Amino acid sequence: MATLHTRASARLMMAPAVILLLAWMIVPLGMTLYFSLLRYNLLMPGMESFTGLGNYVYFLTDPAFGTALANTLLLVGGVLAITVIGGTGLALLLDQPFFGRGIVRLLVIAPFFVMPTVSALVWKTMLMHPVNGLFAWIARSLGFAPVDWFADLPLLSIILIVAWQWLPFATLILLTALQSLDEEQKEAAEMDGAGAVSRFVYIVLPHLARAMTVVVLIETIFLLSVFAEILVTTNGGPGVQTTTITYLVYMQALLQFDVGGASAGGIVAVVLANIVAIFLIRLIGKNLDR
Amino acid sequence: MGSIVLDNVSKTFGDAVVIPAIDLDIADGEFVVFVGPSGCGKSTLLRLIAGLEDVSGGRILIDGEDMTETPPARRRLAMVFQSYALYPHMSVRGNIAFPLKMAGLASDVVERKVADAARILNLTDYLDRKPRQLSGGQRQRVAIGRAIVRDPVAFLFDEPLSNLDAALRVAMRLEISELHQQLKRTMIYVTHDQVEAMTMADKIVVLNAGRVEQVGSPLELYRNPKNLFVAGFIGSPRMNFLSGEAARKLGAATIGIRPEHLALSTSDGLWEGKVGVAEHLGSDTYLHLTIDGVGPLTARMSGEFAARPGETLRIAPEAGKIHRFDDKGMALS
Repeated sequence: MATLHTRASARLMMAPAVILLLAWMIVPLGMTLYFSLLRYNLLMPGMESFTGLGNYVYFLTDPAFGTALANTLLLVGGVLAITVIGGTGLALLLDQPFFGRGIVRLLVIAPFFVMPTVSALVWKTMLMHPVNGLFAWIARSLGFAPVDWFADLPLLSIILIVAWQWLPFATLILLTALQSLDEEQKEAAEMDGAGAVSRFVYIVLPHLARAMTVVVLIETIFLLSVFAEILVTTNGGPGVQTTTITYLVYMQALLQFDVGGASAGGIVAVVLANIVAIFLIRLIGKNLDR
Repeated sequence: MGSIVLDNVSKTFGDAVVIPAIDLDIADGEFVVFVGPSGCGKSTLLRLIAGLEDVSGGRILIDGEDMTETPPARRRLAMVFQSYALYPHMSVRGNIAFPLKMAGLASDVVERKVADAARILNLTDYLDRKPRQLSGGQRQRVAIGRAIVRDPVAFLFDEPLSNLDAALRVAMRLEISELHQQLKRTMIYVTHDQVEAMTMADKIVVLNAGRVEQVGSPLELYRNPKNLFVAGFIGSPRMNFLSGEAARKLGAATIGIRPEHLALSTSDGLWEGKVGVAEHLGSDTYLHLTIDGVGPLTARMSGEFAARPGETLRIAPEAGKIHRFDDKGMALS
């Protein structure tokens, strides 16, 4: 099938798509790299000058940078933990036969279709609002003082909102993985004397490892760039308590009009994302080569 | 210690009756084969004994003890599944050790038992491999190893050889028979292949649509089938059935004659038939003949038998080897 001739023509036919995608990536990256080396503020047009690594020094020594880095990692880690553990639990429940399973499955998927700004607004005003929110009402009717979520627990609030959005994704992937588990394997384990917990630990969990890897990798890519939820709810505050690297870059570029500094921040974010990626692939990537 | 008694056991799925009501005694150390066409309920029956399905009625006694409501793990039975059901992420060692680990045995005991089982099944060199790195026959042996280490009162096999190629199937058949000689434990074996049933069993249970058609030793079933179903199911090639004039002469609705009990010659015989197809196996020759007014007939001749398609031969059934059946399909004595 794959003769030299067909391979050459396949390459030729793939070339336009590959070249387009490559340009799509290389041009913005190159421009960002170039801008990151300039003193370039939109408030002072025409005054661009070369500063070397000055923007990087400025961005990395920003007192908000350390917090932003920690917040980013906490956000990604927290959401991953909630979605993987919660998703496994939900998938196990949805795998059981019960009345109305089809409708329940559909409802579970629903949050994934709500756009981030909308879901963040719904959580902010309908659920977590200290006066009008549902959580406040529940707390008051039970006799507790309502929690002012975005003032007292801002990062946790954002983690909860984002986790709510990504839980369906994790559930869906893990549910399909669960359904592909050979029924005879579970029966064999049952005959071998494994109880429900042992069956889960020794048979189901190893089977899910691969799907979990996929969930973690895909979610990490998207979670590193969470932005809308922060902008709509806390604006990075109070102080810098919910400022992530992404949000810090936004502040540089569009609040301080510092294109050079924002570009440097962007490059730092790219480097960080790659470090996380390498770390993840090393840690869990071996689950994928099967 | 490994006797199993089914007392009026039945199974229904909703309105569908899969197994009406079965009584069966399996003695300790016996090799029993459940055989029947697909969908006859033989696997369901095995799963009822294993406890993987709940019985709808009746009792199951294992070693004299009522185990009808006992969960599968505590019935002290081991099962080998059709798909082997090996745990893919565990090594061969891990797979074999799993039931022992679940039983909470000390690691040195586990290690010794795994080594013993591996030696019996020639798996010692493969203990650190994963199931996907093994051939079909080796996977089969791992599945058996996982069953052996539990030291069960009885082994249950659910069509264990159906995923193997023909040559390997014959070899594994022999291995399982040898294992039975060695362990002297009760074994219940489900298959749709009557050759496996005939070669391995001490006792064959022929099932059809959930009913037990006949229980007996392989040769009993071969010699004295109780009805048309058993007569047609046991033996290969299939028994020839003739009805009409030929049967009425012998006072039966249908007569059956096995292909190996027909003698062919050019000179004398009861019927005259024309050769359709001749299958030469070397050791045997199968001849598919057509007899005017009687129907098609298969004859099995030992050794090489020269016959060309279209040739006319005389056919003589061996005296005393004709089975007679009444109009309900039951054997007449």
